[in-house]
Amino acid sequence: MNTKLNFECETGNYHTFCPISCVAWLYQKIEDSFFLVIGTKTCGYFLQNALGVMIFAEPRYAMAELEEGDISAQLNDYKELKRLCLKIKQDRNPSVIVWIGTCTTEIIKMDLEGMAPKLESDICIPIVVARANGLDYAFTQGEDTVLSALVHRCPLTDPLNSESQKPFTTIEKKKNLVLFGSVSNTVANQLSLELEKQGINVSGWLPAQHYTDLPVLNKDIYVCGVNPFLSRTATTLMRRRKCKLIGAPFPIGPDGTRKWIEKICVSLGIKPIGLEDREKKIWIQIENYCKLIKGKSVFFMGDNLLEISLARFLIRCGMIVYEIGIPYMDKRFQAAELELLEKTCIQMNVPVPRIVEKPDNYNQIQRIRELQPDLVITGMGLANPLESRGINTKWSVEFTFAQIHGFTNATDILELVTRPLRRNKNLQQLETIQNYVYLK
Amino acid sequence: MKLAYWMYAGPAHIGTLRVASSFKNVHAIMHAPLGDDYFNVMRSMLERERDFTPVTTSVVDRHVLARGSQEKVVENINRKDKQEKPDLIVLTPTCTSSILQEDLQNFVNRASLNSDSDVLLADVNHYRVNELQAADRTLEQIIRHYLKDLNSQNIKKTEQPSVNILGIFTLGFHNQHDCRELKRLLNDLGIKVNLIIPEGVSVKKLKTIPEAWLNIVPYREVGLMSALYLEKTFKMPFVSTCPIGLIDTANFVRELNEKLHTFSKINVEQYIDHQTRFISQAAWFSRSIDCQNLTGKKAVVFGDTTHAVALTKVLSREMGIRVVCAGTYCQHDADWFREQVEGFCDEILITEDHTQVSNMIARLEPSAIFGTQMERHVGKRLDIPCGVISAPIHIQNFPLGYRPFVGYEGANQIADLVYNSFTLGMEDHLLEIFGGHDVKTVITKTLSTNSDLQWSESSLAELQKIPGFVRNRIKRNTEKYAREQNIKQITLEVLYAAKEALAA
Repeated sequence: MNTKLNFECETGNYHTFCPISCVAWLYQKIEDSFFLVIGTKTCGYFLQNALGVMIFAEPRYAMAELEEGDISAQLNDYKELKRLCLKIKQDRNPSVIVWIGTCTTEIIKMDLEGMAPKLESDICIPIVVARANGLDYAFTQGEDTVLSALVHRCPLTDPLNSESQKPFTTIEKKKNLVLFGSVSNTVANQLSLELEKQGINVSGWLPAQHYTDLPVLNKDIYVCGVNPFLSRTATTLMRRRKCKLIGAPFPIGPDGTRKWIEKICVSLGIKPIGLEDREKKIWIQIENYCKLIKGKSVFFMGDNLLEISLARFLIRCGMIVYEIGIPYMDKRFQAAELELLEKTCIQMNVPVPRIVEKPDNYNQIQRIRELQPDLVITGMGLANPLESRGINTKWSVEFTFAQIHGFTNATDILELVTRPLRRNKNLQQLETIQNYVYLK
Repeated sequence: MKLAYWMYAGPAHIGTLRVASSFKNVHAIMHAPLGDDYFNVMRSMLERERDFTPVTTSVVDRHVLARGSQEKVVENINRKDKQEKPDLIVLTPTCTSSILQEDLQNFVNRASLNSDSDVLLADVNHYRVNELQAADRTLEQIIRHYLKDLNSQNIKKTEQPSVNILGIFTLGFHNQHDCRELKRLLNDLGIKVNLIIPEGVSVKKLKTIPEAWLNIVPYREVGLMSALYLEKTFKMPFVSTCPIGLIDTANFVRELNEKLHTFSKINVEQYIDHQTRFISQAAWFSRSIDCQNLTGKKAVVFGDTTHAVALTKVLSREMGIRVVCAGTYCQHDADWFREQVEGFCDEILITEDHTQVSNMIARLEPSAIFGTQMERHVGKRLDIPCGVISAPIHIQNFPLGYRPFVGYEGANQIADLVYNSFTLGMEDHLLEIFGGHDVKTVITKTLSTNSDLQWSESSLAELQKIPGFVRNRIKRNTEKYAREQNIKQITLEVLYAAKEALAA
C-alpha cells in the first residue's frame, strides 16, 4: 500500500470561481470598508450572478467598469478613479477603499499601486490595492492577496500604549499572537476562546471587524493562519514584518483544531491541557454522522484550496479519499497539514490519496466514471450533470461560506458532506422507478 | 470608467456562448483567464441542465501574457475535437482576449487543418456589443457559415407550408415554454415547423433552412439579423411580430396567413375568434368584474424590448391599466422601442442604470411593477408588488410547470401574473373598510429621509387605519404636503387636507 504522498500536476483546465469573489465575504467581514473592483462587464456579471441576492442589500462594493476609452488610454486613469472614489466617499464614507485589480488592469498595466498613495492623500481615505485576478490566482486566493496587502497597513507599535515603546523590560515580554484569515465573527470568538482556555491571549485578528482595528504586527508577534490558502499573507508577515509564523495544521475538524491549538501552545512554550478530552467529546457527538459515511469514498475535484484539510478530516471520519484536486499547493505553508494527512492515512489504514495540482476537469470526469466514488465534491458547473449520471455531489463553494473551523463546527462540515447521502435515503422509493436519473 | 453595482445585459461572450451551446454537438472554447467560465454554472444551475455544458476555457495565464498563446489555443481546439467530436467548435473571445489582440483567426485557421470539426471565431467585440447583440450576431454568423456555399437555385421548398423559428435558446426568459406554445399554434394552423434554431438543432441541418417558406422571429433581441440575412440571400420573408397578448397574437396569425398566402385550409379569422373567445380566458377576464377594479391602476414596465413593449401594450389596451412609465435597457434599440410604446404609456425611460429605474419607481409610486429581478427587489424595498416579465432573471424564473408568455395560453399566464401582482379587488376594498389587518406600528419603514415633522396622536392613529400597503405612500404624501405648506405638526386636519389636495 502506498503510504507516501505523491503530487501530480495536470493541465489547469478546471472550473473555479474568479478570485474577485473574495469581496463577497470580505466586505461583510470588514464593516467599514468599501471594495472597488476595477474591471470589465465580465467581472461585474460574475459578481452579480455568483453573489445572488447579496447584491441587493446595499453592498459596500461596486465595479469601476472599464470602457473602451479606458482601455485605449483616451481617458486618464487617475482622474477617472478619483472621480469614482470621491463619489464613494460622499455616498458611503468608508474607512478604507480596497481596489481589486483584475485581469484587465493587469494586461493594460494600469499602475494601481502607483496611483493609490497619491489619491489617498488627495481624498484622505486609505486605499489598499490587491491584485486578485484570474491570471494568477484561483477563488479563495483572492482573500490571500487582500490580506497580504492589508499587512502593510497594520501598525508597527500600539499607538495607545506608547509606554511599551520603551525598551522591553523582562516582565513586558508577553508573547502576542495574531491570527490571520477571514472567518465569521462567531468563529473568531470561538477560536479565541479555545486559545484563552490554554491561557493564550489573541492580541488581534487579520482582518479585524473594522479596518481601524488592524492588529499590531512586528518582530515580537507570533502569527498563525486559520485557512490553508493564505500562503502569500504568511510570507508577507514573515518577510515584511519579521513576525514568527507558527506552521500548524488548520483548525478544520476536531483533529485539525486540536493539532492547531497544540502547535500554538508548543510554540509559545505552554503545556496544552484538556485537549484530548475536548477532541474525544466532539468525536462522540459526531458519531452518528461518521457512521453514515464510514467506508464511503470521496473525490475532490478541487477549486478552493480547503481540499487537503477537508480530506484529512474525512479520512479520520472513516472515508476513503480517491483524489484530492487542488488549484495550487504550497508545500511549505501546508507542510504541517500534509504531514497530518499522511499520519492520518497510516492511522486509519487507508491508501494515501493522490494530490492533483491544477487538475483537468475532463480527465477527472473520466477517472470519476471509472472509480464511481460515493461522493464528488465539485463546483456547481459540474454538479448537476454528475447527479444526472447517478453520482452524488456536494457543492464545494458551500465549504467556503459555511462555518467549518474549530471544535464546535465539525458538525457543520459533516452536515454538508452527508446531505446527499441522507437525501438518497429519503428518495429510496423514487429509485424504484427505473432511470429517473438519466444514465448514459 | 463607470461606477456600477448591477447590470441588465451581460458581457458579449455570454451571448455567444448561449447561442453556441444551444446547438446540438457544438463546443465553445473561451479564450479567457481562470474563473471566466461562470457561464457553465449559470447553465447548470438556472436551466438545471443535465448534460455537461459544452464550453471549455483555453486558459489565459501569466505565461500567455508573457509569450502569447502560441500553440495553446490550437492544441485546445484539437484536443476538444478528439475528445468530444463536435460538428463545430466556436472560439469565443472575451474582454481579456479583446485587449491582448492575439490573432485568433490565425489560430482558427491552423486548428482547422488538423481537426474534423469545423472551427469558427465568433466575431464579437466585447467593448462594442452586449450579450444580446452578440447572441444575435453569432447566430447569424453560424447560419451564414453553413449557408454560404448553398446555391439558391437548387432549393426545394417543402410541400406543405413550413416555417423556421429563430431565436429560441438557452437561458432565455421562458423560451422553452414559448417554443412549445408556438408549435401548438402553428400546428393548429396547419403549418409545419421546419427547424427551431438554435435550440437543439444540429449545424448539419442548417442547410435545410431555406426549405421553409418563412421565418418567425418571436423575440426582437435575437434572430432578427439572421432573418434579414435569409431574406436578402434566399428571399425568405419573415414575421417579427411578437405574439404576446391577444391582439398581437391575432396580428401574428394574420401576418403569417398573409405572407404564406396559399395556406387557407382553415379560416384564420374564425380561428382567432374561436381561440380568443373560448380557448383563452384572458379576453373574458378583461371583461369580468374583477378586472374592472384594475381600471386606471398605475403600473411601471421595464425590461428587454420584446417583453417591455408587449407588456405595455397588454396592460394598456387589453386590461385598461395605466402604464405611467415604460422602459428598456436595450439602448441599442431605443428608437424602435419608443415607436412601439408611443401612445400606450405616459413616460418612456431608456437606461442601463438601475438606480435611474428605481428612482423613477419611487417617484411614480405605481400600484405594481412589471420588470426584471432588479425591479422585483426595488419593489420589495418600496413595498410595491412586482411581476417578473423579462431577463435578467433568477432560478425561480425557470419554472418546471408550463408557463409560456406567447400565444393564447401565454395570454392566460400573463393575466394571472398581472392579477396576482396587484393587491386586489375585494381584498383591497375590505381592507379599506375595516382599516387593515395589521395593527402593528410599522410606519417608519420608508425610503424618505427621516422627517423633522411631528405627528399628533390622533393623526397617527388615523394613519394606522390606512391599509398597510398604501400607508407609506399616504405618509410620504402627507409629509410632502406639510413641508410645502410649512406645517410642522401633522394633525388630523392636515392629514385630510393633504388627501384633498392630492385628489384635486
